[in-house]
Amino acid sequence: MLDKNNQQDVVISLHDVDKWYGEFHVLKNINLNVKKGEKIVICGPSGSGKSTLIRCINHLEEHQKGDIEVAGTLLTDDLKQIELVRSEVGMCFQHFNLFPHLTVLENCTLAPIWVKKMPKKEAEKLAMEYLNRVQIAEQAHKYPGQLSGGQQQRVAIARSLCMQPQVMLFDEPTSALDPEMVREVLDVMVELANGGITMICVSHEMGFAREVADRVIFMDAGEIIEQNTPEEFFSNPQYDRTKQFLQQIIH
Amino acid sequence: MDQFNFSPSQPPPSNTIGAAAWLRKHLFSNVNNSIITVVLFVFLLSSLWSIFQWGFWNADWVGSTRADCSREAACWVFIQVRFEQFMFGFYPEEESWRPTLFFASLVVFVLWLFIEKIPYKKYALVFVLVPYPLLATALLYGGVASLPVVDTHAWGGLLVTLIIALIGMLVSLPLGIMLALGRRSQMPIVRSLSTVYIEFWRGVPLITVLFMASVMLPLFFTGDFDVDKLLRALIGVVLFNSAYMAEAIRGGLQSISKGQYEAGEALGLSYWRLHRLIILPQALKICIPSIVNTFIALLKDTSLVLIIGMFDVLGIATAANSDPEWLGFSTESFIFAALIFWIMCFGMSRYSLRLENKLNTGHR
Repeated sequence: MLDKNNQQDVVISLHDVDKWYGEFHVLKNINLNVKKGEKIVICGPSGSGKSTLIRCINHLEEHQKGDIEVAGTLLTDDLKQIELVRSEVGMCFQHFNLFPHLTVLENCTLAPIWVKKMPKKEAEKLAMEYLNRVQIAEQAHKYPGQLSGGQQQRVAIARSLCMQPQVMLFDEPTSALDPEMVREVLDVMVELANGGITMICVSHEMGFAREVADRVIFMDAGEIIEQNTPEEFFSNPQYDRTKQFLQQIIH
Repeated sequence: MDQFNFSPSQPPPSNTIGAAAWLRKHLFSNVNNSIITVVLFVFLLSSLWSIFQWGFWNADWVGSTRADCSREAACWVFIQVRFEQFMFGFYPEEESWRPTLFFASLVVFVLWLFIEKIPYKKYALVFVLVPYPLLATALLYGGVASLPVVDTHAWGGLLVTLIIALIGMLVSLPLGIMLALGRRSQMPIVRSLSTVYIEFWRGVPLITVLFMASVMLPLFFTGDFDVDKLLRALIGVVLFNSAYMAEAIRGGLQSISKGQYEAGEALGLSYWRLHRLIILPQALKICIPSIVNTFIALLKDTSLVLIIGMFDVLGIATAANSDPEWLGFSTESFIFAALIFWIMCFGMSRYSLRLENKLNTGHR
């Protein structure tokens, strides 16, 4: 299945993956290999299955056909496999999904303490380090309800980073933010990207894609239509559908 | 470029703030409203005055026999004479230090657990949950440490009300949580069992449950094994109340957005950790009004034990009214019983409000 030479390099591999929601065929014949340190931006119209695709990678959605392998572990129905994969994959959601009854610091230390069994002091030190990195350390003792959208999303990023995952998934992280806050979150993501992390990001922010992506993937109706480097993708789209989409997005 | 000059903030005009303004706006805004206010005020004042005169001013507080009651107003002597009965039922007088000690320990633990400033709550909770019920049973029932046995037939009044209500609440809450989670489970057997349990216990009235528990349960156990009457009532109440608790909690669980589950799962939390750390704290906070509602209803439903021959506060009040020496004082006894219930219920609802405010971390 995987090329022996590239085996160490490939962190995520999707092979002939199909998914149905009942009768509706939402992912068709997805084949994707993500190398370590690679940054991928997935774009496409709504309903194209891009969110579903990345949610299959950490088993928030189940695929019915094909194989998904993450960090050497095959994703099956086995709970142990799933939890193993999830501890290596961090995810940031469009609506942040911070835990409102915990402070920012507690949000970040929860998983390291309970999943990685880290002692509390160590987890707090780690959390403050990442909160510093996303420039929100001074809000550590506030509750999410007291923060703005941009601040909440940065906390969400720090929270996922505290598990020190191999891969970071972003599901339209800036789509729910107003324009002034989009910049602060994108800056954090650019800095992360430049630090060498493997990243898959579903986003409409084409400027971000141009700046950071190694590969841009265009999806529509559950299929990967085309993928290319950002320069090639934006200047030379191969299909009409891609051209049409780009015209609407970049006007 | 021109600098915009922001206007300074000013205080509002004086005739729109203060007590006079409030009165004018809410009570005396126009002629009709003013007349209604005056009429209602007069009515309220005169009713309160007659109640005050009957209940306090002209009432008899001191005495020990019927003769000390003049019949023009309330006679609280009646209550004072039968006070121990209201509190402990027919518990033998010479052993009444035992339920008194039990009540005192309850007060200590309630204060310890519910007043914020007092520390070491974890130890108090652990003690209350396991050794305390056993110690309390030993104290009240006797038979150990050379304490004479006082059978549960003799227990009554506030003692019985509190025991049934407290045990009912403490046991039905965790049971209700399990049932609510079970009903929402993906596993079909767990889900159907939970649903059947909930719908069954919600479909029968508590009075039937108590009656069945008292009459039917002994039929299932042959011969010498006789389950104590109070225990039967407790089992019935707990099973019954846990079904209501399950539905109240399920309502709270439903209101947690899917994103919370997804965020927890994406971090690698297992089902039980996810629920214990993320979902249940939020869901229970939302359910506090429903849960306290169920608790208050349970407290008042404890009066139904009269059907199986146990005398709670209301039962004692009713029994006291049939005492030939003290006929005609049913008003005082019912008012007293109502007052006891009201203090407990109101106390619970006030505390729940404080709890809600304390736990509100500004989301939503």
